[in-house]
Amino acid sequence: MNNQPDPTVLESPGGPRAYTVTPSDEGLQTLEISLGPQHPSTHGVFRMDIVVDGETVIKLKPVFGYLHRNHEKIAESTTWLGTMPYTDRLDYFCSMSNNWGYALAVEKLAGIQVPERAEYLRVIMAELTRIVNHTCLVGFFINDLGAWGTPLLYAFREREKILDLFEAASGARMMCNYMRFGGCRVDVPAGWLDQARKIVDEYPAFLDEFEKLICGNEIIMARTQGVGTLSPALAVNSSMTGPMLRASGVAYDLRKHAPYGIYSQFDFRIPLGDVGDCYDRYFIRLLEMRESLKILKQALDKIPEGPVSADIKIRNFKPAAGEAYSRIESPKGELGFYVISDGSTRPHRYHVRGPSFVNLTVLEDMCLGQKIADAVVILGSIDIVLGEVDR
Amino acid sequence: MTDPLTIRFPSVTFDTATGSYVLPLSIALEVANYLRDDAAYRLDMATNVAGVDWLPQVIKKKVKTSVTNAEGVVEQVESEVSENKPGLMEVVYHLISVEKRKGPLVIRLQTTRENPVVPSLTPVWRGCEFQEREAFDLYGIVFEGHPDLRRIFMWDEFKDFPMRKDYVESDDYEYEPTPHDAVLEKAQKHYPNQT
Amino acid sequence: MEINMAVDEALKSELSKAGIFTTTIEDIYNWGRKSSIWPLQFGLACCAIEMIATAASRFDLARFGAEVFRPSPRQADLMIVAGTVTKKMTPQVVRLYNQMPEPKYVIAMGACAISGGPFKQGYNVLKGIDRFIPVDVHIPGCPPRPEALLHALMTLQRKIDSQRSIGKPEAVTNRAYNDRSEEYLIPRFGEHDLVPTHNPLVFHPTAIKRTE
Repeated sequence: MNNQPDPTVLESPGGPRAYTVTPSDEGLQTLEISLGPQHPSTHGVFRMDIVVDGETVIKLKPVFGYLHRNHEKIAESTTWLGTMPYTDRLDYFCSMSNNWGYALAVEKLAGIQVPERAEYLRVIMAELTRIVNHTCLVGFFINDLGAWGTPLLYAFREREKILDLFEAASGARMMCNYMRFGGCRVDVPAGWLDQARKIVDEYPAFLDEFEKLICGNEIIMARTQGVGTLSPALAVNSSMTGPMLRASGVAYDLRKHAPYGIYSQFDFRIPLGDVGDCYDRYFIRLLEMRESLKILKQALDKIPEGPVSADIKIRNFKPAAGEAYSRIESPKGELGFYVISDGSTRPHRYHVRGPSFVNLTVLEDMCLGQKIADAVVILGSIDIVLGEVDR
Repeated sequence: MTDPLTIRFPSVTFDTATGSYVLPLSIALEVANYLRDDAAYRLDMATNVAGVDWLPQVIKKKVKTSVTNAEGVVEQVESEVSENKPGLMEVVYHLISVEKRKGPLVIRLQTTRENPVVPSLTPVWRGCEFQEREAFDLYGIVFEGHPDLRRIFMWDEFKDFPMRKDYVESDDYEYEPTPHDAVLEKAQKHYPNQT
Repeated sequence: MEINMAVDEALKSELSKAGIFTTTIEDIYNWGRKSSIWPLQFGLACCAIEMIATAASRFDLARFGAEVFRPSPRQADLMIVAGTVTKKMTPQVVRLYNQMPEPKYVIAMGACAISGGPFKQGYNVLKGIDRFIPVDVHIPGCPPRPEALLHALMTLQRKIDSQRSIGKPEAVTNRAYNDRSEEYLIPRFGEHDLVPTHNPLVFHPTAIKRTE
């Protein structure tokens, strides 16, 4: 399926690469294509400069910055809490997780304790977000393969049910702005937990339907198995995190190995892939959804009564000078927030470690030697969101 | 300090205020290779690379000193001491060990604001590649040894380094319906006949 | 003397009771145009997800005939600018708009496309797409709900209904027929900002009288 040419002269520039490609003896007739920034399958305004020999990719350079909205500079001129709505717009599918990451960083910096009910609510919201994100990813991925919208519409149908829950809890479908330093902004309304339980009970039926329709499908298997393989050593060295890392067989999940919140109290497994190709990455997300449903069931059963936010003085909030780095397992990988305070009402430095940004490091390595249609599939399996790549 | 890193490289200092190791630039690459390969650490992933800009600042501290006054009595006198902290640009790396499941170890490379050059750690950890390009694009810190150092977010013809603390943004405030504070000042240049 | 192009309503209903359907060519033509708008698949940021949700099964853009999102600007008539337009992306947006054939429309969806939105204070954010291309409908919100996008589409349909394609040259507002179609200026990347920062032929902000 992949013809690996012998390494020779035309080598990709420096650094440890997985692969080098070369011209044939008769001379190379290459075509340079700019894929994007407006393209139906680039998941946003993302551009790839691809050099192809026939249909085989021999060089690929990602170009982004088309959605660079200087989020970090704005955070330096807004107060600590004023940046919270902007974190919603980083990875716009997963606004609850982003909020949690930032709240965690500031809580670490200022030493704020979070009450137990708030911790349970945070876990419930984060796992619902994981389900929304993976459902949409699976829908978009099959769309990229050419299934022209039908699985995407099924995915969006399920997403709408969970967005109803988010709207009832926080007031907005997507940009929730729900977490605060010390807990959540407001408690969930009456009947919310029962509705969440109903959705969690009905979800496995949708996953079964998807698996039956898609996973044994020979077109999907032929187009994704063996495509875009990533070795575990390269994955770790290139700072891959999240489902990309686990699909290559490296067992590292922040919820288990660097736990935050109350994740250590829940019983769940971590799916791992064997080969590290696109099929593994896609299947691992289906399995992760099932594990998220397990966590949700446990959390919805054990959630206690109590306050949902610690009583901190938010007006003129000035954490002590110092720095903190918080990491959470967002659906795309490790989302990190690095904040430096100099004792005033505004951060001195605020940096977001976006998983989509770092996961793009190996895009070229995975695509070299593949066909150009495979480049689109590989990009889809990395699961990028441009709001997080460009910030 | 008794940890293996400072024993092996005595010129590496530990900054207790931030809980991080400050590496001298000349041995930074060697220390990075040691941190990645040595059995005590096995820090195989650099998750986060961030540039930080500190403007020169004057820190005033109130200090109590013992002074013998004219009668020979020792008393405490409070005085204000000004300390000039020079400007600084630094790159902060958060390293984790996937193999040992150990949390972030923070290292810093510090340099001046006038000529910010640091060695690149991309040959050690490939994951630093894009993040160092981001620090170059937004702060102007040059990473020696980086395989492909060019701008990543802004267009190539852009000349400024936007995240620096002394960056002045260009003026496109022609239309501002309800400005106040700083934005009002910027907009007023375009409305000369109005107060 | 102006000829009234519309058919008298009372006469229309009398005739339709007798089984005779009357209309004008203009009305039929506009009805065809407004009921089959083909949007350009052009999502920039978060608002794009709400646009996809509008096209999905709960909010169903297909009822309005606008379900066929075309990837190529040559085949589209509506550009929904959904999301923040950055200065790096602006030349591409204007180029795409120039490549669309007349009659073409623009909906600026979300606060970012109208005026820069929450990211207004930005070295890379264009403060509104109407600095470079003419916009027909603005939708406020961050992000606007899918119902708001449907309302905007209905407003656009009303606007299309009111356009005239035949008649005296001054009365023709449909740009496909009045030779007033033009290529819009594409900015280039300068050293500190786009050059120019806005297109003075297109950007007409209202004059503000500040009385304080």
